Amino acid sequence: MSTTTGERTLSFDEALASFDPVMGLEVHVELGTNTKMFCGCPTEFGAEPNTQVCPVCLGLPGALPVVNAVAVESAIRIGLALNCSIAEWCRFARKNYFYPDMPKNFQTSQYDEPIAFDGYLDVELEDGSTFRVEIERAHMEEDTGKSLHVGGATGRIHGATHSLVDYNRAGIPLIEIVTKPIVATREKAPEVAKAYVATLRDLLKAMDVSDVKMEQGSMRCDVNLSLMPRDGDTFGTRTETKNVNSLRSVERAVRYEIGRHAAVLTDGGSITQETRHWHEDTGITTSGRVKSDAEDYRYFPEPDLVPVAPSRETVEALRATLPEPPAARRKRLQADWGYSDLEMRDVVNAGLVELVEDTVAAGASPAAARKWWSGEIARRANTEGEDVPSYAARLGVTPAHVVELEGLVTSGRLNDSMARQAWEGVLDGEGTPTAVADARGLELVQDTGALESAVDAVIAANPDVAAKIRDGKVQAVGALIGQVMREMKGQADAGAARAIILERLGQA
Amino acid sequence: MTTDLTRATAAELADLLGAGSVSSREVTRALLDRTAAVDGAVRSYLHVDEDGALAAADDVDRRRAAGEELHALAGVPIAVKDVMATRGLPTTCGSRILEGWVPPYDATVVRRLREAGMPILGKTNMDEFAMGSSTEHSAFGPSHNPWDLDRIPGGSGGGSSSVVASFQAPLAIGTDTGGSIRQPAAVTGTVGTKPTYGGVSRYGLVALASSLDQAGPCSRTVLDSALLHEVIAGHDPMDSTSVDAPVPAVVEAARRADVSGMRIGIVRELTGEGFQPGVQARFDEAVQHLVDAGAEVVEVSCPSFTYALAAYYLILPSEASSNLAKFDAMRYGLRVTPDGIDAPSAEQVMAATRDAGFGDEVKRRIILGTYALSSGYYDAYYGSAQKVRRLIADDFAAAFETADVLVTPTAPTTAFRLGDKLDDPMAMYLNDIATIPANLAGIPGLSLPSGLADEDGLPAGFQVLAPAMADERLYSVGAALEARLAAAWGGPLLDRAPDLTEVSR
Repeated sequence: MSTTTGERTLSFDEALASFDPVMGLEVHVELGTNTKMFCGCPTEFGAEPNTQVCPVCLGLPGALPVVNAVAVESAIRIGLALNCSIAEWCRFARKNYFYPDMPKNFQTSQYDEPIAFDGYLDVELEDGSTFRVEIERAHMEEDTGKSLHVGGATGRIHGATHSLVDYNRAGIPLIEIVTKPIVATREKAPEVAKAYVATLRDLLKAMDVSDVKMEQGSMRCDVNLSLMPRDGDTFGTRTETKNVNSLRSVERAVRYEIGRHAAVLTDGGSITQETRHWHEDTGITTSGRVKSDAEDYRYFPEPDLVPVAPSRETVEALRATLPEPPAARRKRLQADWGYSDLEMRDVVNAGLVELVEDTVAAGASPAAARKWWSGEIARRANTEGEDVPSYAARLGVTPAHVVELEGLVTSGRLNDSMARQAWEGVLDGEGTPTAVADARGLELVQDTGALESAVDAVIAANPDVAAKIRDGKVQAVGALIGQVMREMKGQADAGAARAIILERLGQA
Repeated sequence: MTTDLTRATAAELADLLGAGSVSSREVTRALLDRTAAVDGAVRSYLHVDEDGALAAADDVDRRRAAGEELHALAGVPIAVKDVMATRGLPTTCGSRILEGWVPPYDATVVRRLREAGMPILGKTNMDEFAMGSSTEHSAFGPSHNPWDLDRIPGGSGGGSSSVVASFQAPLAIGTDTGGSIRQPAAVTGTVGTKPTYGGVSRYGLVALASSLDQAGPCSRTVLDSALLHEVIAGHDPMDSTSVDAPVPAVVEAARRADVSGMRIGIVRELTGEGFQPGVQARFDEAVQHLVDAGAEVVEVSCPSFTYALAAYYLILPSEASSNLAKFDAMRYGLRVTPDGIDAPSAEQVMAATRDAGFGDEVKRRIILGTYALSSGYYDAYYGSAQKVRRLIADDFAAAFETADVLVTPTAPTTAFRLGDKLDDPMAMYLNDIATIPANLAGIPGLSLPSGLADEDGLPAGFQVLAPAMADERLYSVGAALEARLAAAWGGPLLDRAPDLTEVSR
């Protein structure tokens, strides 16, 4: 099957004119525990293949699993953060199927007794509205190994001469978070899907339970999608698109599948229930394996493990460890800082919330913190392809520098343009703002005699403008101020220059 | 005290070794020589580790000479059922599919044996993956009953029962999923205990049915089983189902052998009809011995036991079908490339390997279990079986209200002839009718010899069952009965077994 040319799709608008999308999102999150779900092997990413394995995660005969208590705590915390109920008693189950990257040929997972169930996550959309995504369940399971197919052109199993398996990933703790069907999103479906995954990612990151790096696979999203006739109430046949591993892809995959389903249905065809592979490069999905409802995993309770029965005291103690939800935190900070919605959104999108918070805490005004972190440094970071916090960290530029810079302005030593020069010096590695100002001789002239002479000279050289101001056209003063500043080589306080001009021309 | 080291009990050997009268090397050498003499006929072992056993013996002797404080059983050799993972020693589970596999780790039970300084003589034969009651399902051929080499030594642990019955080892490790320690003990005139589920770690025991499997001791005396029980029992953080509680005082109970005032419950459903007359007669006599020793007899009823076999043969295959899925040729063991297929897929290699590597009984149970767990059948089969399991546990709980222990014949018959039941799985399964309920309920059970049946002159077994974590009661009753029977017989029952050196030469 070609992976460069997709099937026929309807345009998004055409599709939405006839159909309502229904989505179900399944997100797998690798927990950031030190050890695996059922053994003591390390979980570090990127180790040499098959160096982080033991009899348990290799499924050697006789080996037995033991549940990682920290993983269970993380699962409960995630459940609580998603407003779920936490099971008083639940078990692991075996999901039986044969696959070479699964050491035991069953995956230890949870089936009908998830640790967390019936929750929701509110996500903010670009128009400022909030959409509530209902959570069906969050359950614990173990990851599989990773197959590497060698000898083919595509790296896929088709055409490969042999396969290698790395079991380092086998047994890494996973939480699978499954939404209830997300309906009534209409044209906002792609945006809701992306916003949900983004919000979930921010939440999990704030909780410090996972590094949620989609590009490394520590957070993976499967998109279930079906269409039903516009304003209908019976769900259509769904497809499950796998391998959707960036926020942008989530949005694009939903959009693509809506168009593809709509084309099939409009042409009188029917959707095959199957898994689809998302191709990030070409922006299309291709058919994977056909997945019928009859696929039988022969689930049964894992007899090698005892039930998980967290006490209510434990659950409440874990609830107390939850950080403030990112959305609530952003609202609180916006109010504290007095930012407009637009200003706040820019700060959030640029990833500056923590930096601004630290800078304000260090003594800067919220306005100055926003101004300096989103200005020249953001431009330079963007050129380098880095985000501002890591760029600043690499340069050694800190909140204290911003505080110092603002102090130089408020004390009257620097005006705004001088402060910008000082900041550029800091970014160029010339030292602290004060050191830069000293080295570059940046200092407002405080000698009023020099300023008064300059004003008199400028008035004498511009009799027409001076006459206008005398007649009451005060706004013309700007032209004279500019000349005074030039006369003073920029090292004057523009406010003081203005006061003296107006006084001389009888407008004080 | 006997002078033939191979006929000495583990307790006697421990005393001799402790007193410095013999070395562990002498004991180990004597047992290995006995194996060389008789195992060609008995075929208890799949693998004998002469070098390893002698090296371990020498190590203990050296440490003892250096004045180190050693475990009471240090230097006493032992045989281990081939279902336990042993680092550096082949572990096949009686199956072709694991031929050549050498585990990189020790089962917890094996680790404890090594830590106690007990030389491991070798790995004993078994029905493939412990599925069977005769060892006839071993891929490497059956073991033979030392009482009559044409008869079965019981199963699945027929290697471990025959190895102690033929004086090749004083002790052996067995595992018991539905009677695989107790039934072999019964038909070979030896002693075997299935401890409380969770009493002995399952880590490294290649699982047949995880919720039923339990490792335990095989020996020729009740005290020896207690001594070994104490070595291998106790909490293991590597096994989630391991009980975190003190080990019952089994050795003390075996030494006191006191049943005065104890209430002995006879299970109405596990006596009389269906039991061989000679087996029933020895059972009745044994009960009378216990009464003479001061015990009181009560009758109890466990009506749900009728369904035990049916429930067992749903739960066991279900769990086994999943446990045995890992044998897929991808990481270890046998790998068979299918004939006539160019560049076979992983799935085709898996299928060819499992077809060639598993025997008929294993395939039968995998198919049964796969079916029982299938969507649409799960509730009717696996679900119902779990309910029966609950009812059986309830029956036991009620019975233990009126009785301190329950007693039954261990197996309905004496040893049958090799080949007799091979084509009749149901007849084979019925052999475990009296032992299976204990596995379903997780309670402990012990079998010891009650004498020889009049019809065939072969050993019959007497089973004692106790509540969970009251394993010591098994040993109180077992030791008291053993003492009275030995007195009545004028010596151990095994003294009457044939001298195998004649047979094998």
